[in-house]
Amino acid sequence: MNFDFSDDQKQLRDQARKFLAEKCSPKAVRVVLDGKAPYDKDLWKGLAEMGFLGVAIPEEFGGAGAGHLELCVIAEEMGRANAPVPFSSTVYLAAEALLIAGGDAQKKKWLPAIASGEAIGTLALFEGKGNPAPKNVKLTAANGVLNGVKKPVADGAIADFAVVAARTGSSGRDSDVSLFLVDLKAGGIEVKSLTNLDPTRGQAEITFKDVKAEPLGAAGEGWSILTQVLDRAAVLCAFEQVGGSDRALEMGRDYALDRIAFGRQIGSFQAIKHMLADMYVSATLARSNSYYGAWALSTNAGELPEAAAAARISATQAFQHCAKNNIQVHGGMGFTWEFDCHMYYRRANAMALGLGSLSYWEDQLIDRMRKKNAA
Amino acid sequence: MNFDDTPQEAEFRATARAWIGANAPKQYEDELRKSSLGRTALKNANILDVAKAWQKKKADAGWACLHWPKEYGGRGSSPIERVIWQQEEGPFGQLSRMFIIGHGMCGPTMMAFAREEHKRAYLPPLASGEKVWCQLFSEPAGGSDVAGLRTRAEKDGDDWVINGQKIWTSGAHYSDYGILLTRTDPTVPKHKGLTMFFLDMKSPGVEVRPIKQASGASDFNEVYFTNVRIPDHQRLGEVGDGWNVSLTTLMNERSAIGAAVSTGFPELFEYCASLMLDDGPAIEDRAVRSKLANWAAKASGLKYTSMRAISALSKGERPGPENSIGKLVAGSMIQDVATYALDLQGASGVVSGEEAELAGRFQAMLLRAPGTRVEGGTDEIMRNIIAERVLGLPGDIRVDKDVPFNKIPTKGRG
Repeated sequence: MNFDFSDDQKQLRDQARKFLAEKCSPKAVRVVLDGKAPYDKDLWKGLAEMGFLGVAIPEEFGGAGAGHLELCVIAEEMGRANAPVPFSSTVYLAAEALLIAGGDAQKKKWLPAIASGEAIGTLALFEGKGNPAPKNVKLTAANGVLNGVKKPVADGAIADFAVVAARTGSSGRDSDVSLFLVDLKAGGIEVKSLTNLDPTRGQAEITFKDVKAEPLGAAGEGWSILTQVLDRAAVLCAFEQVGGSDRALEMGRDYALDRIAFGRQIGSFQAIKHMLADMYVSATLARSNSYYGAWALSTNAGELPEAAAAARISATQAFQHCAKNNIQVHGGMGFTWEFDCHMYYRRANAMALGLGSLSYWEDQLIDRMRKKNAA
Repeated sequence: MNFDDTPQEAEFRATARAWIGANAPKQYEDELRKSSLGRTALKNANILDVAKAWQKKKADAGWACLHWPKEYGGRGSSPIERVIWQQEEGPFGQLSRMFIIGHGMCGPTMMAFAREEHKRAYLPPLASGEKVWCQLFSEPAGGSDVAGLRTRAEKDGDDWVINGQKIWTSGAHYSDYGILLTRTDPTVPKHKGLTMFFLDMKSPGVEVRPIKQASGASDFNEVYFTNVRIPDHQRLGEVGDGWNVSLTTLMNERSAIGAAVSTGFPELFEYCASLMLDDGPAIEDRAVRSKLANWAAKASGLKYTSMRAISALSKGERPGPENSIGKLVAGSMIQDVATYALDLQGASGVVSGEEAELAGRFQAMLLRAPGTRVEGGTDEIMRNIIAERVLGLPGDIRVDKDVPFNKIPTKGRG
């Protein structure tokens, strides 16, 4: 058994960590946070040059063809650095949807562009409040023409193309949903940026008025493809969340060692020590569940749906828990704009919603466990 | 990243599986499998007799105490082989719980500090389960603060004379031998005046009184010592070096990883899948599902944390303090799971015994759970271990550290 990353993968992690420490300092993140840029273009270019954007994209489509374990390693570092780039929407959602369901021409058009950093992609699934469900897809597609409104769409304002979930039937079944590939620079599309909890990763409302779009995957297969995309993204996001949890824990630990109160390092008080110990515990459980998810993702194991849901729940909770208590350790300084704690707190709480809420994934996990038990 | 055995590991597993398949006491398999925390007694047999017979059989065939050297009754196996054995032994491994203190802690301490002739005389019958050992550390005045113990050992010729009291001694009522931590010098700071011995539990002056626990069971004991004589050659380590010797014992406690930690979750999941609530099956209820999912993620997190530890072991790394999280998480989880299982039954959740649904399985779990959160280090001590040894935070302030033991205050008020 080797339930760990290989030495090569660990080396890749070190390389990514070093690169991001240099190019993605908290100061650089703040340029986007303060609204001075929609995302960090230089960083995005750099990530492409390092081969990180196409790490799991096959070589024939311009990627590095390394694999999903390597992508998990990079994802963790993206989360640790709180990178203000459309990585998750482009790489976990759009690229994965193309890899699962794209035709050869579609892959040839978009995957090399993703790997080289020329194209930003996203998934347009949500339409206002509500969790991922076929009944919540109201945008229609008739004869390849889309009409409707999607919101929030992650990184929608900077994306070049989107995978759009649309209603193509009225049977009341999952097969009512189909996926489409839309060039967002086409006519009939109106994009509006939305104010959101985590400005380092934008959200948008996209209105489609008689927009021509090409199908992605077979008609009626949309929901089944989406479920696979969301599961894969859940594992990859879990690694970002684990990276973020670790960073928040580290910040809290370092502050507890530096800060003196009542004549002692505050990290010598049990109340603080135990809070940090609990952060370590939740981050560790999340890491272990995520490793299992990584194994299932990289081997395409039948366990993936269950593993993805467990990783999602555990990593979401860990990141929220660590980000929240990091602020508590910092006391009053923790909730100032000047300290970096709130960036992780924002990211943790935004990420908790991006693929559907915690209760959605709780529901999924129990369904999947029951299915496995019945099988 | 994979879950596969190496060819050698696969061969070891196959051999172990075949032997267990041919030799394990299968008549108890179902009962052992269904026994949850707080419930390991067998209905129609004395569990100690069954455990001893299984252990002897394993020892005779070379499957006892796998990681011990062969000359002391072990097999000289690698840590990973030990883990594979535990996986294959499955529910029969529950029988080893009777010997866990002896095999996990007393044996390794003897190996590190006893004279060679004592090792050869005492270790093989300990490995084979013929003799059972206990560990006499905790005292009424020294639980988490082990070094606060007061049991005195005074030199008299070639013997030491022991007076005092121990508590929370698991299995003392059926133990043949024990390792004993005593105070030999009360005039120096507490960690410096301790000395370790081993002794025959049948020695004159040793009195064992079982403690009836909240659950009604009696797994632990008080042990009283009145002028008990121990020959000096049964001393483990130097006079005054008992604290270091005890650290060896406690460190070995941690390496008992690989065995699955009980969380109560599989029991709860199975129960909720069949339980009918007023509005339908429990598992269809939104609130129930949310609770279950959270515990499921915790249980799998623990499972894969232990897989990561086993992986590290297989590469030759030593188990570190991070392994404290299993007990910390599982302890309070069991308690919460049991509480919730009863809550789902409404008023009838209080009823146990033959009349009750599941015959009080979760009630037994509930009453045993507080012990899990205390034994082998309380939740709070576990958090200190993580904070100090994993995260590098400062140690707790110990105002008695440099004070002679007999000058440390003994009462909080008055």
